Amino acid sequence: MSTEPEAVQAVRNLWWCGLSGRMIKAILVFNNHGKPRLSRFYQHFSEDMQQQIIRETFQLVSRRDENVCNFLEGGSLIGGSDYKLIYRHYATLYFLFCVDSSESELGILDLIQVFVETLDKCFENVCELDLIFHMDKVHCILQEVVMGGMVLETNMNEIVSQVEAQTKLEKAEAGFSAAPARAVSAVKNINLPEIPRNIKVSNLSPFV
Amino acid sequence: MALKIVKGSIDRMFDKNLQDLVRGIRNHKDDEAKYISQCIDEIKQELKQDNIAVKANAVIKLAYLQMVGYDISWAAFNIIEVMSSSKFTFKRIGYLAASQCFYEGTDVIMLTTNQIRKDLNSPNQYDTGVALTGLSCFVTPDLARDLANDIMTLMSHTKPYIRKKAVLIMYKVFLKYPESLRPAFPRLKEKLEDPDSGVQSAAVNVICELARRNPKNYLSLAPLFFKLMTSSTNNWVLIKIIKLFGALTPLEPRLGKKLIEPLTNLIHSTSAMSLLYECVNTVIAVLISLSSGMPNHSASIQLCVQKLRILIEDSDQNLKYLGLLAMSKILKTHPKSVQSHKDLILQCLDDKDESIRLRALDLLYGMVSKKNLMEIVKKLMIHVDKAEGTTYRDELLTKIIDICSQSNYQYITNFEWYISILVELTRLEGTRHGHLIAAQMLDVAIRVKAIRAFAVSQMAMLLDNAHLLAGNMQRNGICEVLYAAAWICGEFSEHLQEPNQTLEAMLKSKVTTLPGHIQAVYVQNAAKLYASILQQHEQAGDKKAAVEITQILIDKLPQFVQNADLEVQERASCILQLIKYIHKLQAKDIPVAEEVMALFTGELNPVAPKAQKKVPLPDGLDLDAWINDAPSESSSDDENTKKTIFHEEEQRSIRHRQPEMDEDELARRREVRKQEQANNPFYIKSSPSPQKNYQDASGVDHIPVVQIDLTVPLRVPDQYLKLEEERRQQQRQDREKKKKKQKRDKKGKRRHDSLHTESDEDIAPVHQVDIITEEMPENALPSDDDDGKDPNDPYKALDIDLDKPLTDNEKLPVRMHRISEKKSPEIEAAPVEEKSKKPSKKAKKEKKDKEKRKSKEKGGKKHRKSYENPENEFAAPEEIIAPTLKGEAENEKPTEGSDLDFWLSKAPVQSKSQTESLKNEEASVIEEISETKEEEEAKSSKHKKKKHKKEKSKEEKKSQKKKRHSADDAPESVQNGSIDDELLPPMSSYFLLAESSFVKMTYDIQGNLQDGSQVVVSVIFENQSSGYLKSMDFNVLDSLNTKLIRPEGSSKHDGISVPFQLPPDVSNEARFVFIVESIVMPQKLKGTLTFIVKTDDGSSHEKLDFKLHFTCTSYMITTPCYSDAFSKLLESGELKMSAIKVDRISISFQLLLAKICFHHHFSVVERINSCASMYSRSIQGHHMCLLVKMGDNSISVDGKCSDSTLLGNLLDELKQTLTESC
Repeated sequence: MSTEPEAVQAVRNLWWCGLSGRMIKAILVFNNHGKPRLSRFYQHFSEDMQQQIIRETFQLVSRRDENVCNFLEGGSLIGGSDYKLIYRHYATLYFLFCVDSSESELGILDLIQVFVETLDKCFENVCELDLIFHMDKVHCILQEVVMGGMVLETNMNEIVSQVEAQTKLEKAEAGFSAAPARAVSAVKNINLPEIPRNIKVSNLSPFV
Repeated sequence: MALKIVKGSIDRMFDKNLQDLVRGIRNHKDDEAKYISQCIDEIKQELKQDNIAVKANAVIKLAYLQMVGYDISWAAFNIIEVMSSSKFTFKRIGYLAASQCFYEGTDVIMLTTNQIRKDLNSPNQYDTGVALTGLSCFVTPDLARDLANDIMTLMSHTKPYIRKKAVLIMYKVFLKYPESLRPAFPRLKEKLEDPDSGVQSAAVNVICELARRNPKNYLSLAPLFFKLMTSSTNNWVLIKIIKLFGALTPLEPRLGKKLIEPLTNLIHSTSAMSLLYECVNTVIAVLISLSSGMPNHSASIQLCVQKLRILIEDSDQNLKYLGLLAMSKILKTHPKSVQSHKDLILQCLDDKDESIRLRALDLLYGMVSKKNLMEIVKKLMIHVDKAEGTTYRDELLTKIIDICSQSNYQYITNFEWYISILVELTRLEGTRHGHLIAAQMLDVAIRVKAIRAFAVSQMAMLLDNAHLLAGNMQRNGICEVLYAAAWICGEFSEHLQEPNQTLEAMLKSKVTTLPGHIQAVYVQNAAKLYASILQQHEQAGDKKAAVEITQILIDKLPQFVQNADLEVQERASCILQLIKYIHKLQAKDIPVAEEVMALFTGELNPVAPKAQKKVPLPDGLDLDAWINDAPSESSSDDENTKKTIFHEEEQRSIRHRQPEMDEDELARRREVRKQEQANNPFYIKSSPSPQKNYQDASGVDHIPVVQIDLTVPLRVPDQYLKLEEERRQQQRQDREKKKKKQKRDKKGKRRHDSLHTESDEDIAPVHQVDIITEEMPENALPSDDDDGKDPNDPYKALDIDLDKPLTDNEKLPVRMHRISEKKSPEIEAAPVEEKSKKPSKKAKKEKKDKEKRKSKEKGGKKHRKSYENPENEFAAPEEIIAPTLKGEAENEKPTEGSDLDFWLSKAPVQSKSQTESLKNEEASVIEEISETKEEEEAKSSKHKKKKHKKEKSKEEKKSQKKKRHSADDAPESVQNGSIDDELLPPMSSYFLLAESSFVKMTYDIQGNLQDGSQVVVSVIFENQSSGYLKSMDFNVLDSLNTKLIRPEGSSKHDGISVPFQLPPDVSNEARFVFIVESIVMPQKLKGTLTFIVKTDDGSSHEKLDFKLHFTCTSYMITTPCYSDAFSKLLESGELKMSAIKVDRISISFQLLLAKICFHHHFSVVERINSCASMYSRSIQGHHMCLLVKMGDNSISVDGKCSDSTLLGNLLDELKQTLTESC
C-alpha cells in the first residue's frame, strides 16, 4: 500500500516536471466518483495519460476533508515544486485547476468561483447533468475565461455577454432548419432522470 | 431548395447527437466499451458523408469520447474539414476538437495554416476569436512563424474582444518562435495602456510571464509598471504587477526601495486578501534583496510577519496555508522574526489538514537552533507516533533527518542522541526511507570519530534484533538500516563489546531472506569481524577459541554460497575458501591473525559528493572515442542467406541465444558492479592505520546468545534528553565559575559561523566532534556552481534584449507571392551610403553597427579630412550622429522606460557627475562576472551617449581628433571585460591589405551573425596620390571554399565596382560579402584592385594586387557567456583540447586580455587574478573556450573547441598576436 507502483510515479514526474509555458496547466472537472465531466489540458498528453492524471488527481483530492485548505502541493507531496493543485468542491463536482507559481493562489480560487457562477448563469441553475450533456457549451464558456493556459477574462458579465452573443449567432445560423431537430431532442429529453439541480454556488466569499 | 434542407435535417435528426451518445453510454454501464466501439463505427460512417453538418455532429461526439479517454487522432483530417466550414457553429466544433487533440506532433496540422489565417482575418469577430482560442492550444513553431504577423495586426483590432485574445496568444507565439519577440514587443508594450481593461490585463499578463523568466530584459519597463500599479484598480492586474516586481527587485535593489512605501500602503489599505497576500510576498522579496542591514526596514518585516500571523490564525484554512507559505520565505533571511512565532507553527503541526502540516514542517526546518533542536525533534517524534498515513509519516521522517543533518550537522551537539533518534526511527513500519536512515548512520559513524564506540554498540543491538525490524523482509524498506548496521559493526569492530555475539547474529539463517545487497555486506563484514576476533584470540593465546570461531564460519557460510544473488555468492565462496585455508593453517599451529587482518587494514574516508565530477580530465584522454571500432550492424543478415535451410535453424538458435546470455550477464554484472559502487562509496587509502588490540578474550565462545528486550534501546532518547539537560546545567555552572575567575574569555572558533544566536554558542558539543571533511581529488577544478541553468530551458530562447532598437532584418515574415531571397549585393556593398542619407535611421545605425563605427573612428582623422569636400556624401557621418543623439536624449521624458537609472535616482542628475558615477558603477559592475553582456552593452552605449553630449559642448575648445579617441576607447575596453582603470593604447583591427603610391587598402573581416556562412570584409581605401581615384574595381579569385558574392548575373570572374570615388587624401570604406563553406582553416585569396587615377595631366589605368587573409579569428563572433553555462560547456566533454605557451611576455595581463578580446573577438567569462576564462563562438556555432594563465613572463593558453582544427589554427593566430605584442 505504502509504495506506489513505479509507473504511477513516472506519470507524476512527467506530469509535474515536464511542462512549461503554461500558467494554468490543466483544468479538470470530475464528480464525486472521479468521472470526468470536463478536461482541458494546455499541454499534450496521450489520452491514456490524461485518464491516469484524472484518476490520480481525483484520488488526491477526494481523500481530503471538507474543511481543509483548497491547495494541494506538487511540492513535497507530488514532486514538482512549481506547481499546485487548486480546487473547489461544489455538491457533486470537483473543479480543479493545476497552476504554476505565477498565478496567485487566491486569485485562482476566485477564478473557479467566477467560472462556476458563469456556468450557473448560462445554464440557469447549473447541475452535473448540464455538464454531462452539454460538454461543448461548457468548453465554450471556459474558452472565454481561460485561453491557452492564461487567464483571459475575470469579469463575469463580460464572459456571459460574449457567450450569449455566440449562442445567438449559432441560433441564427441554424434558422428554421434546426426546428425539427430541436423538437426531436425535446422528445428524447422527456425521460431524463430527475436529478436535483443547483450545485450551490453561493455562500463563498471572494478573495479578490 | 428549402424543402431539400428540411428533408436533410429530418434525415439527420435520427442520427445520434452528442446528447444521445451520452445517454447511450449511461444506459450501457455494463458494456460501455462495446457500446462506444459501436458508436465509433457509426461516427466513422458519418464522417464519410458529404454533409458538413453530419460531420460536425460526428466530430463533437468524438470530442466527448476524447474526454472519456479515447484516442481520436485518426479523425484529425475530418476535424480540419469541420474547422474550415463557413458556419460558425461547425467551425467552433472543429476548433474545439482540434484544441483537444492536436499537438505539435499532429502531422496534418500544417494543412491548417491558410484556414487559420483566413479565420483570423474574418470579418466576424467570433470566427477570429474561435481561431485564436484554438490556435492557442496547438500552436507549433511553423504556425507561429507563419501567423505571427497576422496576429500582431490583430493586436490593434477595433474590438477589444479580439485585441485581448491576440495579446494573450502572442505569448505562445513568442515561445514557439522567439524571433518574433523583438518586432512585436513595442506593440505589446503599447497595449499596457490600452483603454480596455481586459486588454490591458492581458498585456500585463503576457509581459509579466515573459519577465518572470528573464527579468533583466524587462527592468526598463519598471517605471511603466510602477505607474500602472499606482493607478490601476483592477486587483488581477495589481497582483500580476506586484508579482512581477517581486521578480525584478533582486536585480535592481534601488527599485525595491522605491516600492516599499506604496506596497506597505497597499498592505494597510486593501481589503482583498489575495492582494494583501501578494503585497506581503513582494515586500518579502524586496526585503530579501535589500537584506544588507537597513535598519528602518525592520518595521516592514514586523508588519509582514504581523499580517502573516493574522493570516495563519485565521479560521480559513486557505489563508492559514498561504500565511505559512509566505512565512517560510521570510525565514530564509530574517529567521529571528519568525522564530518568535514558534508556538504558532508548532500548533499548526497538529492541524488536521495535511497541506498545512507540511508547510509547518518546512518552517520548522529553518527554525531549529542548537538550543531547541532536541525539543523540536522530540515533538516531531511524537507526531511520528501519532501519524496515520504513511505518506505523512515518511514526510516527517525525512524532515527529522533533514533538520538534524542540515548544514553539516550544525545544530547537533550530542551525536549519541542523534544516533539513538535514528535507531528509534528504524521502528517505523512500512517506511520507504530506510536507505535515508542507513545513509545517516553511515555518515555519522564515519565522520564523527568520537561517536563510533557508541554507534557500534547501537548497531550491534540492531543486528541482534534484526528479526523484529524486518518483519516481512523483502517488502520492507527499513531493512536497509541493517546494511548500515552490518557495515559499521564490521568496519569498527574494535569497538564491539561482544564481537562473537554480533558475528553470530550476522550469520543467522534468517539473514538469507534479506535483499541481496544487504547480505553481501553481511558476508563481507562477518569476515572483517572474524579477522578481529581471531586476532584477539591469538594474542590471548587461546588457540581453541580461535579454531572454534573458524569452525563457526565454516559451518555458516555455505548457506550464502548457494545464494541467488551473484554478489553474495561470489563473496561468500571467496571468503569460505579463505577461511578453510586458515583452518588448515590453524591445524598446523601457524599464527594467521596478522595476515588476515592485513586484508582489511586501511581507513575509509568519506569522499565529497562532487569529488568524482571534479577529477580533471587528463591531457589527451578522449572519453568519447571508441576503444574498439563500433560493431557493424549488417553482418548477420548477409550470413543468413548463405546458410542451407537445415543449418540455418541451428545457427540461428545458437546465434540468438548467445548474445542474449551475454547481454543478460553483462547487465547483471553491471548491476552488481553498480550496486557495489553504490554500497561502498569509500576509497581505501594506502597508508595502514595502527590496529587496536584487545587483550581480553577469555571464554568468548561460551557466551550465550541472549535476545535483548527491544524496548530498552528504543526508549533511549528521553534518557538522553535528561542527560543532556544535566550536562548543560553543568556546563552553565562551569562557565559561571570560569567567568568569575576570568572576566574576559574569548571564545574559540566554532565549527560553523552561520547564523546562530549568542545563546547557541554557549552550548558546547558533548564530544570533541571532529567532523572529517570530505575528500576532494587533487587539482580539482575550482568551479563551484554545478547547479547551473538547464540548457534546454525553453525560456532561454526568449532571453532577448528588448531595448535595442529593431534592425531592418528583424521583421516578421509576411506572406508574399514570391520570396526574394537574394539581397542585391549592391546594397550589401554600400550600406554606409544608404544609411547616411536618412538621418532618422541614424540612431539605429549607430548602435547596430557599433563595431563598424569604432573602426571608422580609428580611421577617423582621414574621414574628417574629407569633410570639406561637398561631393562626398559619406563625409560627415559623425556630425550627423551627434545632433540626433542629442535630440533623442532630450526628447526622452525622464519617466520614460529607457532611462531607468534616472527614474530610480531621486535627485536631479547633472550630466557630468552621473557620467562619473556611471563610470564607477561600470567598473564595479564588470567585476561581477555574472553581469550580462547585454547589460554591459546597454550601459556602455548609454555611456557613449553621455560622452557624446559632453563632447559636443566642449567641441569648440578642444581638438576633435584627440577627444574622440579617448571617448571611444574607454567604453570599448570596458566592453571587453577589462577591469582596471589603466588606459589601453588604441587598437585597430584593420590590417594592411596592400599599398602603392596611389592607394592604400586596410581591411577587417567580421563574421555575419545572421548567416553562418557569410563573412563581411570591410576595406578602407585611402587615396595617397594627388589625383582623383575613380572606377575602382575590386576582384578576387574565388577558391572552392570561399567565394565573393557578386551581383546577380555577373560571372565569377567579374569584379565588384567600389561604390565611390576618392578625391586626394580621402579615405572611404566599402564592404564585400563572402560565402565561406568551411571555417576551420585559414584561407588566403588573391585579388586585384583596378582603378583610374585622374590627375591634372590626364588619367592612367592602374592596378594593385593583394592577398586577402581570412584568419580563423575572423570567423569568430564576440559572444557573451555566463560562467555557469561556460562550466556546463566545459563539463559536457564534447570539446577538443589544445594548448600553447608563449614566453617572454612583458605586457600587463589586462592589456593582454583586451588584446585577445579585441583582435580575436573573445569575451571574458571570468577573471581571477592572473587567470581568465574566455569564450567566443564561430559563425557556424563552434564553441571556443580559452583558459589564459599568466605566469612569470610567460602566458599559457589552454583552448577547448568543438573542432580541433579550428582550435589549432586559432591558437596559432593567437600566438602570433601575442608574440607580436611583446
